[in-house]
Amino acid sequence: MGNSQTMQALKSDDIAEQTHTRWSALVSSQVFWVVVATLVACVVLSFTTNSFATSQNLFNVTRNFAFVAIVALGMMAVIITGGIDLSVGSIIGVSGIVLSVVMHAGFSIWAGVGMALLTSVLVGLVNGYFIAYLGMQPFVVTLGMLSIGRSLAMVISQNRTIFEFGPDGATLLAIGGGSIFGIANPVWVLIVLALIFGFVFRWTRWGRYVFAIGGNERAAILTGVPVRRIKCSVYAVAGLMCGIAAVLEVGWLGAVTTGLGTGDELRVIAATVIGGANLMGGVGSAFGAVIGAALIEVIRNSLILLGVDSFWQGTFVGAFIIIAVLFNRLSGTRSEE
Amino acid sequence: MAVLELKDVAKHFGAIRALDGVSLTLEPGEVLGLMGDNGAGKSTLVKIIAGNFPPSHGEMHVNGKAVHFHRPIDARESGIEVVYQDLALCDNLTAAANVYLGRELRKGVWPFRILDYNAMYERSRALFAELKSETRPRDLVRQMSGGQRQAVAIARTRLSNSHIVLMDEPTAAISVRQVAEVLQLIERLREQGIAVILISHRMPDVFEVADRVAVMRRGRKVADKKIADSSPEEVTALITGALEAA
Repeated sequence: MGNSQTMQALKSDDIAEQTHTRWSALVSSQVFWVVVATLVACVVLSFTTNSFATSQNLFNVTRNFAFVAIVALGMMAVIITGGIDLSVGSIIGVSGIVLSVVMHAGFSIWAGVGMALLTSVLVGLVNGYFIAYLGMQPFVVTLGMLSIGRSLAMVISQNRTIFEFGPDGATLLAIGGGSIFGIANPVWVLIVLALIFGFVFRWTRWGRYVFAIGGNERAAILTGVPVRRIKCSVYAVAGLMCGIAAVLEVGWLGAVTTGLGTGDELRVIAATVIGGANLMGGVGSAFGAVIGAALIEVIRNSLILLGVDSFWQGTFVGAFIIIAVLFNRLSGTRSEE
Repeated sequence: MAVLELKDVAKHFGAIRALDGVSLTLEPGEVLGLMGDNGAGKSTLVKIIAGNFPPSHGEMHVNGKAVHFHRPIDARESGIEVVYQDLALCDNLTAAANVYLGRELRKGVWPFRILDYNAMYERSRALFAELKSETRPRDLVRQMSGGQRQAVAIARTRLSNSHIVLMDEPTAAISVRQVAEVLQLIERLREQGIAVILISHRMPDVFEVADRVAVMRRGRKVADKKIADSSPEEVTALITGALEAA
């Protein structure tokens, strides 16, 4: 009797505490403010321009950020473990080239997509092996892979531009460039992947270990978490996301040069950081990766629509990166005091 | 029957004898204070018991059975749990997540096995209640006091059916009030029949909570006696070598 009352008291106490922490956690979270900033930007643009809230513009905006956001999901997993992957742009390049070369040679879309995804996972596994099993720094390994991937893309394609994709070419263009219910296919893929990542981060042991490694790697080792295997796997997953993005991007562009994905690593890292990831590890979310990528694209789009010289884009995006991290730091120190 | 028995255990690192012919027994519900200066062999002894590396020589028995540990997981499977000096906690996870780290409960059928949050919260809550700690399962470790963090690390040792808990300098870097909390947690373990080896530099803590004190010096055990039969002065003399043995 007394025991059940105590249990009851404990439970209600728990709920009160939860609602309290949920609200304060929400307001102090960077992701919340990035969402607010994105929504405010969208509302303001809808009123100040005639062109923002048109279905065509929204279609373009969502599709444009989908590529970056898909890769940012994989990058998020890497950054939560406390790592970094600078090679994502090159993995997009090399797997896009593999896709094109295989299909250009007359093989089916299954072969092309299969080879492209296999390539991306393999490159990711090589990154992961050197980082997790040989103990090398992620920055150095993936910096090397950034160079290797780009170079291999040129070797494989002989630096040609490929715009004929064999018998299944039309299917490829439809996958990347088409839409379902008025929403671009890459956006659908992003939605599905974001839901999967959100689920995996919260509900699976793999997700738990990703956060644990970023929080305290030594503690994870001591408690029996298979740290090396998990670390290796996040780079493979990041590679796979690059492969998926590459397939969609090639289909949308309809032509591939060896420059595909160049500089994407910076856009992707910017999206994850704006979306609340901490480069020290242990913090981040799937939603953050998506909203971070969205905010960057909305800023870019708004500058174009408002007629601001496109040279200013880098300044605005860069300023948002710094503001987001500064905000994170300020709210972090406040909660510690 | 002794829960842990070491017979003539030695460890050599090349020409260095880190541990030389140490025998030790531990009864259920007994708290042993293990003392000694830096380099006296305490941590080597503890690492052997915790399975970090095997001894060069000697035998080890747990509950009367001979054991040979090669990895920490071997020791854990024999019912030996370790509370590390820095507690080995992830600040970014909740108390319950830390208690279950590496041993998460899951439900569902493969490949759709998901974390069983409710079961882990409930069991953690029960463990904290058992330890009479105010730690709440859903709180982030980052926001906890030193005493609560200790409770999380100690609750972790209660998950499995452990018989022996090794605590490495649990009171080295915390405030006076939190030291009292930790000593109470050790009391709780004793009440449940768990044998505790408390490695500590702090004389008052050992004399407050331990039943027995063992002193190491230069790889040898130079004393092993009931707390009631010893004194802080004697132990200090044993540690420094002013007294050869007792």
